[in-house]
Amino acid sequence: MTRELLKGNEAMAEAAIRVGLQAYFGYPITPQTELLEHMARRMPELGRVFLQAESEVAVINMVYGAACTGARVMTSSSSPGMSLMMEGISYIAGSDVPCVLIDVMRGGPGLGNIAPSQADYFQIVKGGGHGDYHLIVLAPATVQEAIDLTCLAFDLAEKYRTIAVVLTDGNVGQLMEPAELPPMRPIRKPADQPAPAWALRGADARPKRVVSSIHLLPEEEETFNLKLQARLAEIRQNEVRFTEYALADADYAVVAFGTAGRVSQTAVKQARARGLRVGLFRPISLYPFPEAQLAELASRVKGLLVVEMNSGQMVEDVRLAVNGRAPVKFYGRMGGVVPYPDEVLEAIEKLVAADARAQTALAAPRSA
Amino acid sequence: MLRQAQEEIIYQRPNALANVVTHYCPGCTHGTAHRLVAEVIDELGIAGQTIGVTPVGCAVFAYNYFNLDFAEAAHGRAPAMATGIKRMLPDRVVFTYQGDGDMAAIGLAEITHAAARGENITVIFLNNAIYGMTGGQMAPTSLPGQMTTSSPLGRDVETMGLPLRMAEMLAGMPGSAYVVRRSLHNVKEIIRAKKAIRRAFQVQLAGLGFSMVELLSTCPTNWGVSATDAMGWIQTHMLPYYPLGDYVVRPEVEDLK
Amino acid sequence: MPIGRITIDTEGCKGCTLCATACLPRLLQTDTTYLNSLGYHPTRLVDPAGQCTGCGLCAVICPDACITVYRLRVARQPAARVGTLI
Repeated sequence: MTRELLKGNEAMAEAAIRVGLQAYFGYPITPQTELLEHMARRMPELGRVFLQAESEVAVINMVYGAACTGARVMTSSSSPGMSLMMEGISYIAGSDVPCVLIDVMRGGPGLGNIAPSQADYFQIVKGGGHGDYHLIVLAPATVQEAIDLTCLAFDLAEKYRTIAVVLTDGNVGQLMEPAELPPMRPIRKPADQPAPAWALRGADARPKRVVSSIHLLPEEEETFNLKLQARLAEIRQNEVRFTEYALADADYAVVAFGTAGRVSQTAVKQARARGLRVGLFRPISLYPFPEAQLAELASRVKGLLVVEMNSGQMVEDVRLAVNGRAPVKFYGRMGGVVPYPDEVLEAIEKLVAADARAQTALAAPRSA
Repeated sequence: MLRQAQEEIIYQRPNALANVVTHYCPGCTHGTAHRLVAEVIDELGIAGQTIGVTPVGCAVFAYNYFNLDFAEAAHGRAPAMATGIKRMLPDRVVFTYQGDGDMAAIGLAEITHAAARGENITVIFLNNAIYGMTGGQMAPTSLPGQMTTSSPLGRDVETMGLPLRMAEMLAGMPGSAYVVRRSLHNVKEIIRAKKAIRRAFQVQLAGLGFSMVELLSTCPTNWGVSATDAMGWIQTHMLPYYPLGDYVVRPEVEDLK
Repeated sequence: MPIGRITIDTEGCKGCTLCATACLPRLLQTDTTYLNSLGYHPTRLVDPAGQCTGCGLCAVICPDACITVYRLRVARQPAARVGTLI
């Protein structure tokens, strides 16, 4: 297939369309509005369902309804819109209904600004809404990854009957890069397609089905939750994704996702040019988190630097995974500020220098 | 001349109603409304193609009471969920069943926009001027001076505003094809209510736009009256503020048989 | 034989007595001698004089759909269809 110059938001939209998206409900919010607009043009062209709803609250409930029919459905939003959707996300998570969400993160909290940020990590990776559940969370750093992970999100959502989120930021959403879209998958109308065994289509010559997140008896609710937990365990077993750069012989590792990851990769290259043996570990699945890989990494490096565009969110999960095996430092910018590689390089050098001082202090003879 | 006489069943429980005892209080007209909806679905022969959406409120378990596919919506969001379902499956019959808290409080945006868009769904709205499930708090539809657990001195219009008239409000939405208010407080009105419900589903089947039937209903437990007195309560207190009538009936709807 | 009769599902009946208010010849009474499994006194048809006409108004008002209405059909008249009570 051909590589084209594609804008992240539009690429994600078109990728979803190519893998058989049947319905998109959305609402304008910067910096992802191009995704909505692309859908507004393409979905009716293809005879599929598009609707701009009155709010993100309505959007997520429309997604919920359409997903109950067994169709491939998605929406996209940005941080404040995701907050509005949290109620609906919890309901969908409590109903075993699959769907795909895209969060193009921006500066916050509150209305914040429209610049790129990674400050929704806690919200999205920890579930966000009320109750014991997790979403599958995939974090692209390039337009190509955004395409690939959007396609993957649908497959994972359906495989596990859960919500899969593509967690990206305004940077990836807005920038244009050469990338390749998948070929168009032929789509059949929902009425023609065999419905999944749980889907609502009308109880025609079969027992009725109910999609609900209610389990009034605590024992039944616990049983449902145990089933969710078992499914999450399976997801943690099978769906960890990450990528590494220059990590094989590294003494120090930078850990970063998304845009912070690509900035850090440049910083790592610069550090290598200065003779520092640093590498990059970039998680692609934030849930399931690559805990085992980070634990292993921590046992062979002298220190880790976590770089994020937030106050320090993923760093908590890194510290849990590392579990004291190596020091974990953090460098972050907030409010929509995207760090430059030279800031990250400086932070890497500080990490290395601090470690060197610590080593010297340990080696120094004790005064009597 | 001797005529043969044969006994036959004139009326029995509709098939679309599940064979379970509901949790509704004795005399609660939720049961009546459920029964009427089920009868209409039976008569129109649409049970196999109908999907209902339940609210949060006393009717939260309505999915247990019908032999139909059902989805449970978050509080107030049923019209949005129904929109999602109907847009995916336009040839199915999709209805929401909502109470006054669900629709007239938290769900005001979702219902208004569904009506504005002319979403081809049917909405059954139970107005009993109170929040039943949570134990009798004031609803947007509670009447001036009405005592509820969150307006113990009576609804004070100065601080709490006047009640919302949903049928009138939604009738003004551009996509509304059939929006009427009926009541369930006596046999005659129940019969009229069923006709309206039937008409509303026919509007959906004909693809004519948004249809809603508001039903003045009882809540004996939280009004603090007996089931039979509750019927009179509707007549005395609710009818003056919520007049029964047809608030919008498009010409095409008039022509439906 | 009376023209009509009704049966009430005593386990489904919640004793709300709305049916009794709808019955014009006043044939429906609360059975205070019996409690169903939900703890209600169900309503019963008490029709010693065979006055029930099978008008069905009780079934129209019953919120629990637990009334079945029977009516005698005289041969030469067209049959009433089930469910078209109203």
